[in-house]
Amino acid sequence: MSPEDNVILKVENIYKKYGNEEVLKGVSFSVRQGETKVIIGPSGTGKSTLLRCINGLTRPDKGDVWLDGVRLTDSKVNLDKIRQNIGMVFQNFNLFTHLTALDNVRIGLVKVKKLPKDVATEKAMAMLKRVGLEEKAHLYPAQLSGGQQQRVSIARALAMDPKLILFDEPTSALDPELIGEVLDVMRDLVESGMTMVVVSHEMGFVRSVSDEIIFLEGGVVVEQGPPDVLFNNPKNKRTREFLCKINELYGG
Amino acid sequence: MGQVYGPLPLSLVINIYERFFRSIPALVLLFLFFFGSSYFGFSLSPFLSAVLALGLRSSAYQSQIFRGAIQSIPEGQMMAARAIGMTKFKAILNIILPQAIRLSIPPWSNEYSSVLKDTSLAYAVGVIELVREGRYIIVRTFEPMVVYITIALIYFVLTYCGNRLLGLLERKLAVPGYEIKLRGARNVS
Repeated sequence: MSPEDNVILKVENIYKKYGNEEVLKGVSFSVRQGETKVIIGPSGTGKSTLLRCINGLTRPDKGDVWLDGVRLTDSKVNLDKIRQNIGMVFQNFNLFTHLTALDNVRIGLVKVKKLPKDVATEKAMAMLKRVGLEEKAHLYPAQLSGGQQQRVSIARALAMDPKLILFDEPTSALDPELIGEVLDVMRDLVESGMTMVVVSHEMGFVRSVSDEIIFLEGGVVVEQGPPDVLFNNPKNKRTREFLCKINELYGG
Repeated sequence: MGQVYGPLPLSLVINIYERFFRSIPALVLLFLFFFGSSYFGFSLSPFLSAVLALGLRSSAYQSQIFRGAIQSIPEGQMMAARAIGMTKFKAILNIILPQAIRLSIPPWSNEYSSVLKDTSLAYAVGVIELVREGRYIIVRTFEPMVVYITIALIYFVLTYCGNRLLGLLERKLAVPGYEIKLRGARNVS
């Protein structure tokens, strides 16, 4: 079996411009079933934009995104349907503030997937249990810590049975002591075989879970490869500089 | 809604409507509706012109209250809703509106109070509202102070009850962490 066979996500030559600023200048990569890809790079290099191009929250100007053989950049594709299959976890959690943790997880099942309420409730509770928060089901986001909120938002993404989950700096808005609980949940997902594309600078985590790291800078892929190669023997000078700086900051 | 989410032509029309009704004093609007209607070949009764003038004016104000509420909801809420596969319509209905309505209640109770009291302006075009009714009683009894104090009390009671009801609604819909705190419950005063 060639590696091409179980490619689930393929990003081909994505370009995106905001006004006069070219944010992405021809980015390509592919993700196989069950793989964890990590995207790193300085701020403002289009990492978030790239994730949004994948699930169609932003339309790329040029280039294609394929999910499971379907070309998402085709204007005839119903993106609302596609997004049901792509989970997204945001830096600022973005939990629905007027709903309890349970309702946050359940609302997609009820309103989008049209499951009967009791089935949806059972599933939502199972997801909350998976992230270790079944006791907090009836609390509102404002009553939860940042780490708990982010775990609820992971449960919300999981509940939709996604083929792929996108993580946009999921721990960057958290207090240091809360990062661990979120990374534990993510590590658990990796082990369960979930396909994930993660933007993160938690280098310890990245190193231990990623199958491949993509270093993005200035809207292009500077270097990509397995973590061992990138950390120990990067080919590009910029990659080395960036990783050194990150290591200093985070004590890698 | 149209101003925030509608296509450009719709939002332009709403803009013009809202500018017009918010820039003209209520009394002038009332006269425009009452006397203006005959210019266009039909005539509105005093009561109907008062209802239209005050109603349309208030809806212009309310649209602004609501626009502010919608726009104060972080963009991330819409993004998260779309990310789980909601259509824009579903996201507005299930995520944005329930939050915006909560934020709108306090300014709405303000608007309710002022519209209620603006009804006294209908006096000017001959509607028999509270003040005019009071005048009729004064003519018969020669007790202006008693009558005006009674009128003031009636307005007070109506406004107070309405605001209490809206206050109850506000408390019923309150979401932990987003309520408008009462005196004594505040952390910083």
